[in-house]
Amino acid sequence: MKYLPLIWAGLWRKRVRTVLTMLSVAVAFVLFGVMHGVTAGIDQIINQMSDSRLRIQSRVNITEALPIAHLGRIENVPGVLGVGYYNFVGAYYQEPRNQISAGAMDMSRQTALFPEIKVPDGALDAMARTRDGALIGADLAKERGWKVGDRIPLRSSIWMRKDGAQDWTFEILGIYSWADGRVPSNEFWINYQYFDEERTFGNGTVTIYFARINDPAHSAQIAEQIDGLFANSANETQTQNERDWLRGRIAQIGNMAFFVNAIIGAVMFTLLFLTGNTMMQSVRERIPELAVLKTYGFSSSAVVLLVLGEALLLCGVAAGIGLGLARLAQPSIFRAIGAGGLALPWSVIGTGLGVAAVVAIISALPPAWRTQRISIVDALAGR
Amino acid sequence: MTALVSIKQVYKSYVRGKQRVEVLHGLDLDVEKGEFLALMGPSGSGKSTLLNLIGGLDRPDKGEITVAGQRIDQLSSGQLAKWRARHVGFIFQFYNLLPVLTAERNVEVPLLLTKLSSRERKRNVQAALDLVGLADRAKHKPSELSGGQQQRVAIARALVADPTLLVCDEPTGDLDRETSDSVLQLLELLNRQQGKTIVMVTHDPRAAGHASRRLHVDKGSLGEAPVGAAA
Repeated sequence: MKYLPLIWAGLWRKRVRTVLTMLSVAVAFVLFGVMHGVTAGIDQIINQMSDSRLRIQSRVNITEALPIAHLGRIENVPGVLGVGYYNFVGAYYQEPRNQISAGAMDMSRQTALFPEIKVPDGALDAMARTRDGALIGADLAKERGWKVGDRIPLRSSIWMRKDGAQDWTFEILGIYSWADGRVPSNEFWINYQYFDEERTFGNGTVTIYFARINDPAHSAQIAEQIDGLFANSANETQTQNERDWLRGRIAQIGNMAFFVNAIIGAVMFTLLFLTGNTMMQSVRERIPELAVLKTYGFSSSAVVLLVLGEALLLCGVAAGIGLGLARLAQPSIFRAIGAGGLALPWSVIGTGLGVAAVVAIISALPPAWRTQRISIVDALAGR
Repeated sequence: MTALVSIKQVYKSYVRGKQRVEVLHGLDLDVEKGEFLALMGPSGSGKSTLLNLIGGLDRPDKGEITVAGQRIDQLSSGQLAKWRARHVGFIFQFYNLLPVLTAERNVEVPLLLTKLSSRERKRNVQAALDLVGLADRAKHKPSELSGGQQQRVAIARALVADPTLLVCDEPTGDLDRETSDSVLQLLELLNRQQGKTIVMVTHDPRAAGHASRRLHVDKGSLGEAPVGAAA
């Protein structure tokens, strides 16, 4: 600790250069934190996904509807405890740019399948009584300023009503949220029965089924049995547990870990040259000063440690700032990718600081090596 | 009097470019404890080389250098660094203060290598700055001090660890006459009142006049220099 003022003062010998270098390092570590944070966050989300809930969708693709008649057959599969369904409703409010993520479902089935959904007392009963009722997410209510009792006209670019109207008006009966706050509550949920009776086509179909099973260890066998029920039919299914489904979706994007590591690797490699150059210049300018330290009894290794300490302080402080900013920004980023509430894991911050230390040590090695070879007599004589 | 510094048959040469330059040839010198010795001589005469050898900044090619009973020519680089920290205070022509540190932090530098606590270091720094009359400038950086004040800070730094020997290389070479006098008076005071042994290299006969003994170095050999002798 007693050397800290000496190290700190050395760092600020050229303020502008140090500030610019620190900014570069900080920006690099914001990138490090954000990119590694996203991959770590996705891993967290995958691990949090249920493996006791199955998703059953068309084998062709998600836009191919499945008959509602599948419901009873899926419910009869051994190991299945309950089944719900969901129909995608592409809707907007007033203008097409105000897209609303709306879905039609059997509300009581849905809440039984997803106990993490928090619905106010009486809202489910109200939904059962009110055909054109709606439950909306807390985030959506906050964003739009909607409240219980409001009647909201939605328009769909897909679904027209039987009377030829494009407008669907719903009364808000309750505001739901997800218990852990990690999934954004931004959907507009309506009664499937009302929606199905009112739409002009696609009647008697749903976009997706959800099934709760008794044993996650048997999810693969149960999924196989469900898909087997509809094999070689006009409406073949593809069943996966939530965790495998999400993992598969992310894999479709590509090997994210590879991309992230490649980008961060390139950034860190560039950073090595930047910090290395700063340290080299800093030491070159201070050869006589370092010679004075040696004159007063600082050994060569002590001077090397001072230079290493300076590099560690430079990179450590800047990386700390960068990772701190990334941690501040991370919840918004996760919210934007549909995983609200996730913070940058401490493991990423720890890894970042470790990487900063490695960058500091590698970039300080050449100048540190140079200080070892300082001849006091020559340096003091300005040779 | 006892010889604090004893130099016997010391040889030193440097390689400059492709040439080997013989600087000292079989030089002998004793510096008594409590002595204030001025080394004079023209540029290239070998006086700074001799000073560097006495201060343990350089090693002889041949010969013996004993300071306070220790053969410093036989010490390794690491041992020599420790020895310098304990036994020698250096004062340079251009002060060589660390520009980013305040006066008190500069003075503290030699104490960082000791086991003194922060409080003890602070007390010693304060005492050294008091001694050179700069206690009120403790928080100033070198750029905020005059040349004479900077040299006083350098003297405080040289004294703060209570070294056996003070080694001064042209301590007044960068100062005006009035400031030079005050710095030299300070060195003389340290020599007389605190018994510090001082070896000083100077071109200035007036500066040498403050020393108790003057030697003339020329072509690597030593001779007595009279008071007021030209460099």
